[in-house]
Amino acid sequence: MTRTQRLNPAWFLVAPLLALVAVMFAGPLVNILWLSFTDPEPGIANYAALIEKASLQKLLWTTLRVCLITTVLSVVLGYSIAYAMANVAESSRQRMMLFILISFWISVLVRTFSWIMLLGRNGLLNNGLIELGLISEPIAFVRNELGVLIGMVHYMIPYAVLPILAAMQGIDGRVLQASRNLGASPAQTFWRVYLPLTKPGVIAGALLVFILSLGFYVTPAILGGGKVLMVAEYISVQVLITLKWGTAAMLAVLMLGSVLGLLYVLSRFMKLSAALGGGRT
Amino acid sequence: MGADPASGGLMLRGLVKRYGAVEAVAGIDLEIRRGEFLTLLGPSGSGKTTLLMMIAGFQDATEGEILLDGQPITATPAEKRNFGMVFQGYALFPHMTVRDNIGYALSVRHRPKPEIAARVAEMLELVQLQGMDDRLPAQLSGGQQQRVALARALVFSPPVLLLDEPLGALDRKLRIEVQEQLKDLHRRVGTTFVYVTHDQEEALSMSDRVVIMRAGRIEQVGTPEDLYTRPRTEFAASFLGKSNFIDRDGRRFSIRPERIDLLPLGAGRSRGRVLSLSYFGPLLKYRIETPDHGVLEVDVDAWRGGVALAAGAEVGLDWTDEAAMPLEK
Repeated sequence: MTRTQRLNPAWFLVAPLLALVAVMFAGPLVNILWLSFTDPEPGIANYAALIEKASLQKLLWTTLRVCLITTVLSVVLGYSIAYAMANVAESSRQRMMLFILISFWISVLVRTFSWIMLLGRNGLLNNGLIELGLISEPIAFVRNELGVLIGMVHYMIPYAVLPILAAMQGIDGRVLQASRNLGASPAQTFWRVYLPLTKPGVIAGALLVFILSLGFYVTPAILGGGKVLMVAEYISVQVLITLKWGTAAMLAVLMLGSVLGLLYVLSRFMKLSAALGGGRT
Repeated sequence: MGADPASGGLMLRGLVKRYGAVEAVAGIDLEIRRGEFLTLLGPSGSGKTTLLMMIAGFQDATEGEILLDGQPITATPAEKRNFGMVFQGYALFPHMTVRDNIGYALSVRHRPKPEIAARVAEMLELVQLQGMDDRLPAQLSGGQQQRVALARALVFSPPVLLLDEPLGALDRKLRIEVQEQLKDLHRRVGTTFVYVTHDQEEALSMSDRVVIMRAGRIEQVGTPEDLYTRPRTEFAASFLGKSNFIDRDGRRFSIRPERIDLLPLGAGRSRGRVLSLSYFGPLLKYRIETPDHGVLEVDVDAWRGGVALAAGAEVGLDWTDEAAMPLEK
């Protein structure tokens, strides 16, 4: 085999694209990693702050807590929606899928402001309840952690529904019949056969929701009213206002690392291309 | 290990299943005796699987009732009927080991663990799968999966075992082997077997009785020998084995190809010309054109037939009176 044969000429066609990716994408990433160790001065001071600064720990804890609660709620609600979709007639299923996708397609900004109009102090719900005389003071649905959770769960449910629905549709109905035939009650069939068979979909949906939640910016910033500070918003403040690029870079590296780690876990349970909307194999 | 010998008799009375205007099962009256191996045989769309699903409790009867040992069970849900079932494609639980698959029926009944372990071991021995306890279904061959499905369905000693085309997924050679095993298993456990198939060979070789079904109705019921030698209708005669049909005195008769003898031209009650012949090892199959009965198929033992006749040869044909079975209109 000669040298020229080894290099597939197709590479020359992809080379400009590869160069573009390297310069525009990989380069900045390396730069971020570099910054996190060098700004404002060389060393691991930025990372040490994670242990030393209570404010950073509180930030990470808030982010983790909000993401975990969002994930649990999204998966539980998504599971029941997917279950309903998997067990109705084809025409109803398509209609339900359309509703899921419509909310999926609407800009996150529009959805966030809609929640404020619905749930704010002078929002539809509070005004309605006051008119009806059920409450005298508006309830604080938004501009707090509850608001962030409502907005995030609403945004995340489609990401939970889709992989779970795929898992449910892959179940052979005869396996469930077999369970009934062997004397299992409907509850036993669900816990011992149905749920275990949908587990890969549940895990994929949960990881997907968690990963996406980690980087959430718009919804916590608006619905949290500045009281619920999460990592993405904090990074933005460090970059744009306080100009502490080293801290921002360190947090970015931390998030990137967590996401890559979780994606690795996800890849153990299903093909990544399927979870991320790529081609079916 | 056998089932309760006093249980397992089924009675189907006027069973009807309608989907809108379509009658999948159009009035079935049938007694299934305890301990017998009964086969529901029919082409696809004959209602045999729907009937089995009604017995299992997965399909509600539109009309009619089902009795087990004289007690009506028509309204009993599937999980309370206590019938074993082997599904088409087996429907093993893919996430459970062989041991957990087989023990499932006992474990959902909250039986003590040692009892379950002992029964599972017993069943593994019955279907000769010792040592496979920890395998997952995906790690087994088709024949082994089929045996796990049998063990899983028999572990709680059901009075009735329902089998829905259990050999459909196996290759031909394995099918014949498994037929023997199934028959042997039936003899040992003594449970009533209700077996659905479209394969006439399976029906003939295994069953005590065969029910031939057509368009949701029973065409004929009988032992395999009854059905083969005394088919009552043209459908029964042609679905179970091959048959020639001849008309005489305004009636239609069925004659099996092996009941026709070839004689020198001039002898016998008919004559014809050989259209073609095929060699099947033990049999020579002739197609012979006759002036009065159209084309007849004739099977001759290859070792007895002497020199094979060439296409175009003129022969005499003969059969005995018992060989021609009168058919109902």
